[in-house]
Amino acid sequence: MSTSREWVGRRLGTVPGGGEDGDGAFQVVGKAMPRVDAVSKVTGATVYADDLSFPGTLHCVLLRSPLPHARIRCIDVQEAAGLPDVVAVLTGAAMPTRFGVSPSSEEEQALAADKVRYVGEPVAAVAARDEATAREACKMIQVDYELLEPVTSIDQALEVPMDEPIHAASKDGNVHRLASLEFGDVDEGFAASDHVREDVFFYEGSNHLAMEEHSATAIFSDGQLTVWSSTQSPHSVHRALSSVLGLPMRRVRVVATPHGGGFGGKVDPCSHEIVVAKLAMITGRPVKCTLTREEVFYNHRGRHPVLMWVRTGVTQDGRIRAMHFRTALDGGAHASLGAATTYYTGALQPATYDLPAYRFEGCRVFTNKAPCGPKRGHGTPQPRFALELHLDKLAEDLGMDPVELRRRNYVRPNSRTVNGLRITSCAIEKVTDEVLAASGFSRRERRDGHGQGFAVSAYLCGAGTPMYLNRMPHSEVSLKVDRGGVTVFCGATDIGQGSDTVLATLVAEELGLERGDVRLVTGDTGLTPVDLGSYSSRVTFMAGNAAIEAARKMRATLVAAAAEHSGSRPAEMTVAGGKIGPLSFEQAVAAAEERYGTLGSVGSYAPPPSISASKYRGSAVGPSPAFSYSAAVVDLDADRVSGEVRVNKVWIAHDIGRALNPVLVRGQVEGGVYMGLGEALMEAQAYRNGLLHHPSVLEYKTPLSSDMPEIEQLLVEQPDPEGPYGAKEVGQGPLLPVVPAVVSAIHDALGVWVDEVPVTPEKILRALDAHAKGSDPRTGPRSFPEIPYPPCEKVALPDAASATL
Amino acid sequence: MLRLRVNGETYETLTESNETLLEILRERLGLTGTKHGCELGECGACTVLLDGTPVLACLVLPDQIDDAEVTTVEGLADGSVLHPLQEAFMALGASQCGYCTAGMLLSAKALLDEQPDPTREEIRAALAGNVCRCTGYASIVDAVALAAKAPKGAR
Repeated sequence: MSTSREWVGRRLGTVPGGGEDGDGAFQVVGKAMPRVDAVSKVTGATVYADDLSFPGTLHCVLLRSPLPHARIRCIDVQEAAGLPDVVAVLTGAAMPTRFGVSPSSEEEQALAADKVRYVGEPVAAVAARDEATAREACKMIQVDYELLEPVTSIDQALEVPMDEPIHAASKDGNVHRLASLEFGDVDEGFAASDHVREDVFFYEGSNHLAMEEHSATAIFSDGQLTVWSSTQSPHSVHRALSSVLGLPMRRVRVVATPHGGGFGGKVDPCSHEIVVAKLAMITGRPVKCTLTREEVFYNHRGRHPVLMWVRTGVTQDGRIRAMHFRTALDGGAHASLGAATTYYTGALQPATYDLPAYRFEGCRVFTNKAPCGPKRGHGTPQPRFALELHLDKLAEDLGMDPVELRRRNYVRPNSRTVNGLRITSCAIEKVTDEVLAASGFSRRERRDGHGQGFAVSAYLCGAGTPMYLNRMPHSEVSLKVDRGGVTVFCGATDIGQGSDTVLATLVAEELGLERGDVRLVTGDTGLTPVDLGSYSSRVTFMAGNAAIEAARKMRATLVAAAAEHSGSRPAEMTVAGGKIGPLSFEQAVAAAEERYGTLGSVGSYAPPPSISASKYRGSAVGPSPAFSYSAAVVDLDADRVSGEVRVNKVWIAHDIGRALNPVLVRGQVEGGVYMGLGEALMEAQAYRNGLLHHPSVLEYKTPLSSDMPEIEQLLVEQPDPEGPYGAKEVGQGPLLPVVPAVVSAIHDALGVWVDEVPVTPEKILRALDAHAKGSDPRTGPRSFPEIPYPPCEKVALPDAASATL
Repeated sequence: MLRLRVNGETYETLTESNETLLEILRERLGLTGTKHGCELGECGACTVLLDGTPVLACLVLPDQIDDAEVTTVEGLADGSVLHPLQEAFMALGASQCGYCTAGMLLSAKALLDEQPDPTREEIRAALAGNVCRCTGYASIVDAVALAAKAPKGAR
């Protein structure tokens, strides 16, 4: 198809951060180009999970609990099973093995057998010739429930359970996880401070609302199970299927289909993925299940609601001496990645600010609500929101410029944090400079109803530790090259962020080819070597480095063969423009096949051990091979009468390392800003008595095209020494500073604090009302609950040798 | 028997009276380029053109489409030559996960057919019924504005 109309081509140069020519040193890296699958996407040719159909497919519908908390006395499926065209009915008794996304969270059943823990939990499944019949049969299933008192808030979860804990095996009532860590001497730090301040904040939960509803199809034939699913982590689904179905992993293949959006909502293995597999094994026919939008809200795994308390001691000149941070997470009914989420609410504060002493206490509780899990930023947007606003308030106390206060405490490049994290490349100063210069923040117009807010943040380039303990690579690539072409095999999953494009770009660059010359097989556990999945902004860094390693080995082989064939020295060979030295790429491949036989190369990536210098409970959370930094300024108008907020413009500077493709980078930056604005101003997965308020796209409010302000992105390109061509992450970081910057701007505009998001007009008016009455001019939580944190684990500071890298 | 024209081709198919155009397109005609994100008329993913007007295919029933002309994303390109909107979406990265893309393209086509030189405000308003979670809409609005500048013969 035609893809290079001149009138479009000329415009590519206008993409921020790159021109058509990119960096002259590279052939494809750094150039603004369409994604490699762009034609399929704009012509409707991309086959997503629900677009797949196989002959004889049965349709599966899940029966879900109408109650938030109840014991299942018995389930009668007889009538449903007898309905014509119903082929199989399944209950939890058939799949007793519990599973979860990580070994510490293996407490879910594919279908609840003993009790239900939230409205929407799957309890039975029907496979029928068509969806309508399956739905009809579900209505005929009789479930005899014994009601239990639902637990619907953090406070309630901390009390002694009325009936029984949500998870009966729990020793701590409804407390799922407690964390209690101290780095350095916090009491001494507070004693040495000139000023100490405490604040309490709340961040509401939210759903990913990926446009594509989850969908999976399974086929069992010849003793092999294959599941096609819109998953972000085919490897996790592979492990869960093997475990629950009792099949060795070598008998299970999971194919991640082209993906209609994830944002963290498709990381966990899900009930429907296991159910369709089991039904395919029982019936011998293909079985498909596609969730409705309402079901996606119940499946959830979204942003945790988090209540936070923070206390910080500073000297008169604004240097932080000690920080104490407490979080309480409302986890919903299951573990998901919640243990990691809990630690993430405390892990990255020291990766942004140089804290000489830091105490973190975290607590996650179970409640009878849809399970929370990882959403873009995983456990860090909430504490980022609290921390940045807390620093604004501290600056106000000290009469100091809020940016200056932050600058005095910024982490430095090539340093070691108090909690043992290795910081290498770090453009925190530069992103601050860029966003301030572009926005004119310090010269902003001061008038009632208009404000600007500033915030800064840090994020991972991939979790440094895998989701289950092992010492294998995090990402693996194999490369097949022969006279028929070049094929990259990698388990990485393109969820729309463009990881396929990144892999094609890196391999093409190394082999002197165009991206379109590189065939990709990705996200298929039967064909591709392992990659852990698309989460924690890990794919570019980890799969990218693995791909480069494999491609460089192949390049060396081809260069050696071409040199021998042409009688020149390998060092003289250039690899570019479809040529290897004097030979065409095809001739070089033929020479290498003649010389060496079958050609293949592999590459893998695991983070270096030096990324973490301390060992403590939870030390697996936080370390990363690199950190990206983002800074934002938000400009808005806030109406004193109506409480309405209109965001005028967002400036966002991001420490990208190197933009491998500015088109993709722009999409991630603007998408992150958009999602941050949504969480700041409207998105909320809210409940009444255990019942979700609004499980629909219409009522779950998100910003539309008509709501979006102008976004000006400023890419800071300081290549990371270990990143692929110096690249760092961009998928999650740019969301983080937006939320606090919005709330800070509202304070700038109206002089009141709204210490909880989403900020609504009603909350602004309440704060204004309090201000008018002479009381504390804020809306937000008043107190933090008593939580039975265990005594702090005192963690030795990293030794001096590792403190400076 | 329902008779309708989709992307210039005539189809005759049996339907249930409560079957939606979305289901007919995807399940009876095998045209899966049109997506669903809610099936309740809330997300815009299934937007198609019905006699040139954008409609939500999940809310359209058979008796509204007898003998109608339907345009879906599969009908936007002219053979192997892409529509300027498709070119612009590709060039500017306006399609990321791609799930809202079909609906966005058709809402945008309806706008450009009606108003060949829209302001950015008009573009934002025309796309306000199509939810996208990836892009933040900026590249989509840019792409529609860019497509509007294409030589007239190109669309």
